[in-house]
Amino acid sequence: MHDVVITGIGLVSSLAEGADANYARLREGAPPVYDREAIAPFPIHALAPLDYGKLIPKKSDQRQMEPWQRLGVYAAGLALQDGGLLEDTAILPKVHMIVAAGGGERDIAVDEGIMTGIRAASDRGAYLNEQLSKNLRPTLFLAQLPNLLAGNISIIHGVTGSSRTFMGEEPAGLDALGVMVARIRAGDVDIGLVGGAYSALRPDMSLVFSFGGSLFSGEPAGVWSRAPRGGGMILGSVGAFLLLESRVHALARGARIASVIGPVLSDRSSRAPGAAAGNARKLWSTLEGSLAPGPVGVLSGATGVEPITAEERAFLDDVGAKRDIYVRATGARIGHSMEAAAPANVGLAALALREAGYFPPFEDDAIERAAAEPPTQIVVTSFGHWRGEGMVLVQRDRGGGA
Amino acid sequence: MNLVDSHGRPIVVVTGMGVVTSLGVGKAENWAKLTAGQSGIRRIRRFSTEGLRTQIGGTVDFVLPPGFVPPDLSFALAEIAAQEAVEQAAVEGNGAFPGPLFIAVPPVEVDWSSREKLSANLPADAPVTYRALIESSFGRRPDLQRLFLQGGVADRIADRFGTRGSPVSISTACASGATAVQMGVEAIRRGETSAALSIGADGSINCEALIRFSLLSALSTKNEAPEEACRPFSRDRDGFVMAEGAAALALESLASAAARGATILGVVAGCGERADSFHRTRSNPDGKAIIGAIQGALDDAGIAPEAVDYINAHGTGTPENDKMEAFACNAVFGERMTRLPISSNKSMIGHTLTAAGAVEAIFSLMTIQHGLLPPTINYRNPDPSMALDVVANVARPAKVRTVMSNSFGFGGQNVSLVFQAAPRGEAASSPVPAASPERLRR
Repeated sequence: MHDVVITGIGLVSSLAEGADANYARLREGAPPVYDREAIAPFPIHALAPLDYGKLIPKKSDQRQMEPWQRLGVYAAGLALQDGGLLEDTAILPKVHMIVAAGGGERDIAVDEGIMTGIRAASDRGAYLNEQLSKNLRPTLFLAQLPNLLAGNISIIHGVTGSSRTFMGEEPAGLDALGVMVARIRAGDVDIGLVGGAYSALRPDMSLVFSFGGSLFSGEPAGVWSRAPRGGGMILGSVGAFLLLESRVHALARGARIASVIGPVLSDRSSRAPGAAAGNARKLWSTLEGSLAPGPVGVLSGATGVEPITAEERAFLDDVGAKRDIYVRATGARIGHSMEAAAPANVGLAALALREAGYFPPFEDDAIERAAAEPPTQIVVTSFGHWRGEGMVLVQRDRGGGA
Repeated sequence: MNLVDSHGRPIVVVTGMGVVTSLGVGKAENWAKLTAGQSGIRRIRRFSTEGLRTQIGGTVDFVLPPGFVPPDLSFALAEIAAQEAVEQAAVEGNGAFPGPLFIAVPPVEVDWSSREKLSANLPADAPVTYRALIESSFGRRPDLQRLFLQGGVADRIADRFGTRGSPVSISTACASGATAVQMGVEAIRRGETSAALSIGADGSINCEALIRFSLLSALSTKNEAPEEACRPFSRDRDGFVMAEGAAALALESLASAAARGATILGVVAGCGERADSFHRTRSNPDGKAIIGAIQGALDDAGIAPEAVDYINAHGTGTPENDKMEAFACNAVFGERMTRLPISSNKSMIGHTLTAAGAVEAIFSLMTIQHGLLPPTINYRNPDPSMALDVVANVARPAKVRTVMSNSFGFGGQNVSLVFQAAPRGEAASSPVPAASPERLRR
């Protein structure tokens, strides 16, 4: 069984561009950056300014994509750059890829025009055919296909070992990590790029999350304190990619190891009351065998949706009663980024471990206690807003052989 | 009996298969029609095709009553196929499949009929905006949220069949079904599970999807004779035909299948994949990625090209695909391509898109079982640039032990799978011997 290490982190959020800048902003307690207008009445975290040309040099490539894909391709480029592989034509064709993705942007103006016009159309079918044929840009289809984020990463960065895309909200990000880690551990793959992107500027997606009342409206609040106002997500634009490889491969090419990745656990419960917390307790007991004595950092992917966030809190309270845990819900600072959330949080964990630092509490809430010392092990949690519970253990690298 | 392959990994076998296409429900009906050269392609009646360049498809109109939304059809198709597969596999604990779910599903969006229904709640004189729709439906339609989540179909199938762990929804475009099979195989080979349920399902023929493919000039426009529209490897091919369907494979380690005396339908011997970095919709003219996928599948199966008896082609009927597939096959199999039979199921069932790799996996395994090669219909005008032994128009009996099945997709997706007959000497009731080093080297 191979040790799996993280050797590259690419991260873009509303706080900053780049992994180190995000880490620094979170370390210094930078307040969250909200956009209250774009998808009002729901606040979101819009993206920090980016110069896409730095990692997507061709304008023609940029034009082929909408914001979600551009963000992902950019973050993937950052991870490759951090891992020292950007434009490494010897290794890139051997890099395998799993991307966690939803669909891409729709043309909102076209949609709204048709939705309005169709009400007066005498023949709705003919009207729809005419309007869609006339107004849909051919390239928009490719910007909408989930696997075209991976496709664009292949084209722009030259990653061609293999290309897989998982869909399905939060669990997709977790499973992308889990499958790649399993493949590297088993020795089937030496090196892989894993991640995802989410653009919060998506009224079409907000509509989907609105159906079940999963969005938080009004004055923004941290994830642990939204329950009295019904709970809900504050979505955030995030691009997050990680370069994972076997320790042998990393050492052989002289890569800098940010951290070691332990078990990646991903499961699903019925979501009957208490089921998710019960599932999480089961996962934690599996994870415990891999934990060293001492405090544990917990980077929670809590979405703010209730009652699932209350279940996660109850679970973490149980764990916290038995050992020192330092809980930080990243959603309070960078928002919830759906498929990208787990890769982003694993990236932040890897940064903290690499820098031997940790984050101050993100919220003024009893569950987020100040850390007495930087933890050497961090558990990333993911309780999907709809389904799926999972955990990833990330550990400080202590060197050693293969 | 060897329980491990030439790489020392658990051999992965198929113990249950289910399929539904525009030809009908189930293996028997599909196989009978497929080998009789029947087409499932017809004029689209589901929605108005007025003014559209393409008006045909392999719609599955006999599963749900009219008025459904696309993810409901994808779910229904997946359920039908999975039910048939699980029943055939006869795994214990019906309703609790003893392994994970890997399901290839089309991406989901709120569809036009739903948008119109939601708009009906808004004032008739004001423009319909997303903001207005959001405000009027907030918290009132949790049913629609589950329906339109990308993971929704997988979630429902996992509930329905009681699969274990987190279901994985796969999107590798037109290679998705093959990726779903590949991921099940890999999970078993890694020893994570002794069984896996791999499904490909696609029920997404709707006006917008049709128009999008049409805008990319990918579709056949031979509307006048729908059953003759898809013409893989023909000189006059002009595009693929969108189609619906689903297939499910109950995968299992040979050790597990033998131990419980299950009937073994075939072996998934090899999987190969390779990403192309050339273009969003076209292969690199050097064919390297396709060749890499095919060669990778052979290497993974531990066999030489000579061992392949038949190629179940991706064969979409687009000028680009068939040209590149023939080119890549020639590169791997050489001049033997002039006598190595190849055919495209899509000539009859159309391109089932997300489901295709899984649907064609079933037909590949049935080809081995029945010793009969399904034809490529509408093959009357061979493309002279391809020196291929296309199984032309009528099924051909042949002794087949090994099949190569190809799946390629937009975004540089290339996956090839190798299927083989059940291991020789496999006897359900025989005791299971432990693997020995001699066996590993065989």
